[in-house]
Amino acid sequence: MSLLEQLKLYFSYDFVRFAFVAGVLISLCAGLLGVVLVLKRYSMIGDGLSHVAFGAMAVAAVLGFAPMTVALPVTVAVAVLLLLAGEKRLIKGDSAIAMLSAGSLAVGYLLLNLFPASDTGSLSGDVCASLFGSTSMMTLSGTDVWLCVGLSAAVIAFFVLFYHKIFAVTFDEGFATSAGVRVRVYNFLIAAVSGVVIVLAMKLVGALLISSLIIFPALSAMRLFRSFRSVVICSALLSVAGSLTGLLLALLLSTPTGASVAVVHIIIFGVFSLLGRLRRA
Amino acid sequence: MALITCETLTLAYDTGVVASGVSFALERGSYLCIVGENGSGKSTLLRAMLGLHPISGGRLTVDPEARKKGIGYLPQHTPAQRDFPASVREIVRSGCLKKQGMSPFWKVSHKRLADKAMTRMGIDHIAGRCYRELSGGQQQRVLLARAFCATGDLILLDEPIAGLDPMAMTEMYGMIADLNREGVAVVMVSHDVSAAVSYATHILHMGKTTSFFGTTEEYLATPVGKQFARREGGSYGDWSPKTAWDAPSIGGILDVRAAPDARSVLGARGVSRDRGLTASRRRGGAASERGGRDA
Repeated sequence: MSLLEQLKLYFSYDFVRFAFVAGVLISLCAGLLGVVLVLKRYSMIGDGLSHVAFGAMAVAAVLGFAPMTVALPVTVAVAVLLLLAGEKRLIKGDSAIAMLSAGSLAVGYLLLNLFPASDTGSLSGDVCASLFGSTSMMTLSGTDVWLCVGLSAAVIAFFVLFYHKIFAVTFDEGFATSAGVRVRVYNFLIAAVSGVVIVLAMKLVGALLISSLIIFPALSAMRLFRSFRSVVICSALLSVAGSLTGLLLALLLSTPTGASVAVVHIIIFGVFSLLGRLRRA
Repeated sequence: MALITCETLTLAYDTGVVASGVSFALERGSYLCIVGENGSGKSTLLRAMLGLHPISGGRLTVDPEARKKGIGYLPQHTPAQRDFPASVREIVRSGCLKKQGMSPFWKVSHKRLADKAMTRMGIDHIAGRCYRELSGGQQQRVLLARAFCATGDLILLDEPIAGLDPMAMTEMYGMIADLNREGVAVVMVSHDVSAAVSYATHILHMGKTTSFFGTTEEYLATPVGKQFARREGGSYGDWSPKTAWDAPSIGGILDVRAAPDARSVLGARGVSRDRGLTASRRRGGAASERGGRDA
């Protein structure tokens, strides 16, 4: 069977089409958000929040709720607390993130061990899927996809409508405030969007590999481009292209989706670093 | 009503009070320099005028009409800006944010204003360049152009010449003085007392033990002014004739008055002489203007 026929066969399945639609949308959001997070010096927040989401999903599994119904609000709430606490907080940002991520990972794993889900397969399979996204992308239901479409549309609309405000708030909060921009509102929205994107991205790459999707495209774009707009556009495109390639590779080579996507993003970063260096020389 | 009125103002952080009992009233079109030691609350006062820092006591009012027209602000650099990918044009245009309102796009008038600001500050030829690759002087011009886009009657500058070389410094002062000549009130936080007394119409000296507000002449006549000018003067020695500053026999007033001449000496070394001369002329003009007002 030729490669093309093989792909044709795969794409005749609903779950494959779902995976690609959701993958493109999630990557687009992650690419946009990543630029803001990197420039605001919150690169590590993705890792921390994804672990929180993992803990929340474990709690949901134990209590018998749908994972998203618990993980989404909890992650958004924690994101808002972390990003808005400002200088007044007791524990500094990076320490708070480290504590939260280790804490929720531990609690989540403990809960899954104490109350193993009876209907699904092995415990290690469940945990592996949430941490590395090995199978979750290929098991999306129609509802999952629609949720992805809705949330991604909201995130993209946020970026398009408030693009200039987001730029101002990221570049210089003081000046933005003096120009009448309600910086706290935008920071709140950015935090909420981070929570949403991270919960969605967990489906694609899993909790541990989330930075590969959020941070890598932004950093790759910054190697080569020097204006905010070109970096944002390039990051979104790279994120989508990288994830598509990763998903295709995973499909054709039967490798884990999360790790495949992450490796493609690492390679893109390497190539862009090289191009950036050549351009400067 | 005065443009800015400040009555027994107290400013504080969690760690304690940084300034208290600050009182002054500033009229439209004035040029106020805020000088004083590090940590005396100069930048905090500027931030309080913009509503970026809460007031712990007293009263601080900025004419609502001036607020509505927009207040230009040139803040100090933040660490995040050092490797921020943004073009000069993008940054200058963000000065039009207030005028943009809730619209998601720039209007033609906003783009024109930004272009005008860039031409004015002499950065139109680098509009497409990346901010982080510019020299310190060019970066400050970009921020000044952005502030200009947001300016109506009042512009607030937080150490606009910090870290600039002498030539860039003189050019910066020239651009600020031009704005003031066009009727924009300038409030500038500065460590450069010599420039403060040669350009400003008013001086606010904030100190832990002493503070002062008045016209530049009045400031130079006070012991604080003399002492501060003499003490701070030494640090500008690297671009001015050392001896003029260090001579102990020369009083504070003379010390300071030497500054514009020092600029023209600098001009002879290959730095724009016109600017220096303009500065002296401007000082003379301002002095006679003030004289007229006093009479």
